[in-house]
Amino acid sequence: MHALLDLKQNPRTAWIGLALIGVALVVLPFALAAVGTAWVRITNLAILFVLLSLGLNIVVGFAGLLDLGYIAFYAVGAYTYALLASPHFNLHLPFWIVLPIGAAVACFFGALLGAPTLKLRGDYLAIVTLGFGEIVRIFMNNLSQPVNITNGPQGITLIDPFRIGSFSFAERETIAGLDFTGPVKYYYFLIVVLLAVIVINLRLQNSRIGRAWEAIREDEIAARAMGINTRNMKLLAFAMGASFGGVSGGIFAATQGFISPESFVLVESIMVLSMVVLGGMGNIWGVILGAVLLSFVPEVLRYTVAPAQQALFGRLLIEPEVIRMLLFGLALVLMMLFRPAGILPSALRKRELESRK
Amino acid sequence: MSDPVTGSSGSASALLELSKLEVAYGGIQAVKGIDLHVDKGELVCLIGANGAGKTTTLKGICGLQPVKRGTIRYDGKDITGRPAFELVRNGLAMVPEGRGVFGALTIEENLAMGAYVRDDRAAIATDIERIFHLFPRLKERRRQTAGTLSGGEQQMLAMGRALLSKPRLLLLDEPSMGLAPLMVQKVFETVMTVSQEGVTILLIEQNAKLALEVSNRGYVMESGAITLAGDAKTLLHDPAVRAAYLGESAA
Repeated sequence: MHALLDLKQNPRTAWIGLALIGVALVVLPFALAAVGTAWVRITNLAILFVLLSLGLNIVVGFAGLLDLGYIAFYAVGAYTYALLASPHFNLHLPFWIVLPIGAAVACFFGALLGAPTLKLRGDYLAIVTLGFGEIVRIFMNNLSQPVNITNGPQGITLIDPFRIGSFSFAERETIAGLDFTGPVKYYYFLIVVLLAVIVINLRLQNSRIGRAWEAIREDEIAARAMGINTRNMKLLAFAMGASFGGVSGGIFAATQGFISPESFVLVESIMVLSMVVLGGMGNIWGVILGAVLLSFVPEVLRYTVAPAQQALFGRLLIEPEVIRMLLFGLALVLMMLFRPAGILPSALRKRELESRK
Repeated sequence: MSDPVTGSSGSASALLELSKLEVAYGGIQAVKGIDLHVDKGELVCLIGANGAGKTTTLKGICGLQPVKRGTIRYDGKDITGRPAFELVRNGLAMVPEGRGVFGALTIEENLAMGAYVRDDRAAIATDIERIFHLFPRLKERRRQTAGTLSGGEQQMLAMGRALLSKPRLLLLDEPSMGLAPLMVQKVFETVMTVSQEGVTILLIEQNAKLALEVSNRGYVMESGAITLAGDAKTLLHDPAVRAAYLGESAA
């Protein structure tokens, strides 16, 4: 993938490759819609997970700070959107205002989590972030009394879809003979956001900030001796990662139309972290691959495991959910054995693991 | 104004000046009010046994450990309690104990990291070449990761990296620690080379003999206080120093 997309070493194949990927991304939703609109929705959710993984990758992959409560920022973004664009408070702000607000609020929470954990590393940091994630979720669950802010476990319903003037992302319409369903429209929006996030990530990685994070991850004292303001750089990593999570959360709320604290449980944090680790911590393409794989494989299993068993044994022996966890565990074990730095490891991670042998 | 203790006159040209510095480390007062100064262009060593408070002194200077009392002046300005990253930007660099090279980065990347505070790309490239000229061994291995280097080579890399921030004052913490005798010799030669390049150095060492041999002046530290100070050659022949640190009997 790297060699194929390297514009400098290999410009012709790279441009052809990029063009093919571009065309595939444009055509994809219609191909999926032909199978079933559910698959477009699944794809949208997968892209949201790619966004989340890229955000978490900044914290975990670039700066080396283990964050087990990342889904909290997704929740913050989602709730910000839901509160400002739903009948709950009877506020209906447009999405291009609410999404940046969501990013800003999540960014604030990111710094809020980062500040007290500046001196923590490894296991200790993991425990505090895990606690933070749970605190946010529990707040969402209980902030319905005495003043009803989040509507508790019932969640918030009838969240506004994205709307620009009279153009609504939720309505089905036919443009130029093509059938644009709601999910297809959201798909294109998500692709645009995704491209922007990828560009930001690539630029970050090769910037002074990226190098500072690299140094902090390697050796914090030495990083300080290099003249790096480690405190600010760590806060920046938390805040940036969080704001990506906040934007994704806002889009999630709008596409679903309904959110409740149940969507933001610890397992979701672990799932996003697994995507980052499986794909290849610190490598943007690896992280994307990890997120796509872990989003799609369970869905494919959901549609194939039951019919396959019916055909083979005439009845359902094992629940698809069980098979999913079984395969997931197996995949992680295999990965740790054969590709400990991820499917597409970052060059640096690979070296780190090698130098530890 | 001549200082009877340090044997060096005047503080007008002092680049670094500690007065009545007290630093606590983990609840223990490791540095108990020391006075020390390093003049421009000097190579000064701070020697003493393990646990005498040398490293704590250094950590206090570069803001890695909070100062309890006293002041640190650098280039005429009070820098007490300023964070390390800010000091580097003002030309006060340090090589931490245990070298602290970035093991997974290549030698070139490590050196580039040393120039983090600078933004003059062209000059950085020539300075990296200069470091390679100074340490030819590093040049041979420029694309190797720092983790694969020997201890002595890592020490060279750490020093070269510190030099890339264009320091005026370099603090070295136990550069000979854990090195083979032959490599220790090499590292001290390097320290002298760097000093001859015009960089002022405060060298913290357990290896008293070698440290005093390369230095202009020396301070002897014992349980948190400076017990002896003066010209390095004089200290080297001081019976008390020889007895305590050079393994000779006082008689």
